[in-house]
Amino acid sequence: MTNPEKSRTSVRKPSLLIKGGHLIDPAARIDAPMDVLLKDGRVAEVAPPNKIKGGADEKFDARGLIVAPGFIDLHAHLREPGQAHKETIATGTAAAAAGGFTSVCTMPNTIPVVDSVEWIEWLRQPERGAVVNVFVIAAATRSSKGATLTDFRALQTAGAIAVTDDGKPIFDDSIMREALVLGGELNFPVVQHAEDTRMTENCSMHAGARSFRLGLRGMTAAGEASIVERDVQLAMHIPNARLHVAHLSTADALKSVRRGKRAKARVTFEVTPHHFTLTDEDMRDYDSNYKMNPPLRSVSDREAILAALADGTVDAIATDHAPHAAHEKEMEFERAAFGITGLETALALAITRLHREKRIPLARIVEFFTAGPARCFDLRGRGSLVRGSIADVTIFDPKKKWTFDAAKSLSKSRNTPFDGWQLTGKAVATVVGGRIVHSG
Amino acid sequence: MNPARGSLLGIEHLEAAEILKLLKFARRMNPDKPRPLLKGKRVFLLFYEASTRTRSSFETAAKVMGAHTVLIQSIGSSIEKGESLLDTGYTVRAVGADIIVIRHPNAGAPYLMAQHLDIPVINAGDGLHEHPSQALLDAYTILRNKKTFKGLQVAIVGDIFHSRVARSACHLLSKFGVKIILCGPPELVPEIAATLAPGVRVTRHIEDALRGTDVVMLLRVQTERLAGLKIDLAEYIARYQMNPARLKMAKKDAVVMHPGPIIRGLELTSEVADGAQARILEEVRNGVPTRMAILARAMGKMR
Repeated sequence: MTNPEKSRTSVRKPSLLIKGGHLIDPAARIDAPMDVLLKDGRVAEVAPPNKIKGGADEKFDARGLIVAPGFIDLHAHLREPGQAHKETIATGTAAAAAGGFTSVCTMPNTIPVVDSVEWIEWLRQPERGAVVNVFVIAAATRSSKGATLTDFRALQTAGAIAVTDDGKPIFDDSIMREALVLGGELNFPVVQHAEDTRMTENCSMHAGARSFRLGLRGMTAAGEASIVERDVQLAMHIPNARLHVAHLSTADALKSVRRGKRAKARVTFEVTPHHFTLTDEDMRDYDSNYKMNPPLRSVSDREAILAALADGTVDAIATDHAPHAAHEKEMEFERAAFGITGLETALALAITRLHREKRIPLARIVEFFTAGPARCFDLRGRGSLVRGSIADVTIFDPKKKWTFDAAKSLSKSRNTPFDGWQLTGKAVATVVGGRIVHSG
Repeated sequence: MNPARGSLLGIEHLEAAEILKLLKFARRMNPDKPRPLLKGKRVFLLFYEASTRTRSSFETAAKVMGAHTVLIQSIGSSIEKGESLLDTGYTVRAVGADIIVIRHPNAGAPYLMAQHLDIPVINAGDGLHEHPSQALLDAYTILRNKKTFKGLQVAIVGDIFHSRVARSACHLLSKFGVKIILCGPPELVPEIAATLAPGVRVTRHIEDALRGTDVVMLLRVQTERLAGLKIDLAEYIARYQMNPARLKMAKKDAVVMHPGPIIRGLELTSEVADGAQARILEEVRNGVPTRMAILARAMGKMR
């Protein structure tokens, strides 16, 4: 770690030379040994090994490591304001840094809901103690009640990068249409949590043989697919509309998105590590660490998602990091809170499951964490390390074997099904604005 | 933490040999002869849901064996004040419970209890999931009437989707090679029900279910659990109600079973409920020795 005292007192940020690493920058089509010089919060130079002349204040030895643009998580619940017992901006971003993320988009389903300029400003105050960049996704409707749109223009001006009512869908057809129309005018993505809640009442897992056996009411794939299909149809017919489908989990919804993309609609989507790793068959003994929304789906849904990752249809891998206190999870499965943590396991699950098992090239995986998400929400200057970009860098060891110990997580919460998993691939250093904020 | 030895959380993961051992032991239990295998033990009955048969039957079984019983119901306890299931469990353990018998509206609730407590937990019905003591007493009743499971065909007619009794019965009977036919409308008997266990199939036609059947198990339409599902009761009665004419389609010596509560005029007529082939009250009677065996097993006294 650099000394924060030093960076505060000196006028100039120390420059950092990342030497000897293998750079993967999909946006710049680079997959080769390169040194990277960071200066004044920007990428000053990218050059083949030992070609960067002149000194740097600090050097980072990246031999044997992959150097990539800083990872961006489009979907995290940092729980502030109002639920600091689950997570805070400080603890959530510390976990993000440990997982190799330099930017995190925080969801507005907090208490109260982030539907105003005031709360966006509050979230962005230095007092929150963010370790990495925090981008605010604001509520699409007032209090996320689905009735009246928020002031998109004001929210965007205040720094929000997208809108959503995540946790629940923007359900009403006319409200969703209005949101996409206004979003289209402002070039503002509308993020949809696709769930027909009429079909999912009292449901706690995916509808299938397993839910029947366990006596749990199941959420059908149709509950997701029908909303995605409607939204894609709307997006195809509204000029400039930007639809982003959050945590897509079913093969049927994927078909709609593929159709939208083919029709050149501005439709993007994310998938989560747990949906490409686990299925509804994996939950044992009513373990609520396997309970999230959307739920773990069938094997064929997972295979469809893996195929979309392999062929590059997926835009981004996002965590849907959803921390909960122990007492909110250690209860009857049907009553336990939805959601699992994910910031510290995303990279390793991607490398373990997608690269090592499914042979998806590392460059493609890096794209899902960098250029892909940056494109979804227009994060200018991020997602690539071309000269002049913001100096956010993720340095990871794709071969490092390690065991995830939830008890040692930097998140405030421990609700993960991956506790004790042996994984391959780990962030070694996380650099935000030219400064190393995590190394390990 | 693994569930304590002697816990009975479901039938699905119970071995056939263990089931036979339980049933054999149950035959040696006589509710009219006190048998102090549980002398001085405390059996806590946690009932988060209404129950007549199961509760009184477990309580009687425990008392016949010399145990003290304490009944805790959601109404009139700290559960009403919002105490969590686990905290209630820890409390009951601290009071000195040796065995917990739990009935709960949520599937898996007994698992949660068993994973956190060091005493045996007995599932007295959890949501839509399982009702193992009912399946055991039904197996006991079938064996009393049919001597063996070999070659038997059992039809289960009615609301399978909402029935923990049906799930447990399928698991149990399947382990002994019994042919099981589930019958009812798609809303109550989804096709996926056939994946429950080997030897289970689904039919929509009552004649198909009854032909060649040795045991007709009827289930109540659980109107309180329908959760928005619309069932045309008149249509249900027309297609599936058990009446004397329909019962004739089954084998001559077929018996009629029902876990109760029965709703006369809905899933069955009074003629069937009170008829010579009905074993509905016998099931209730058999509940006591079966639960005596379950409690003895919980305390490691099933020898």
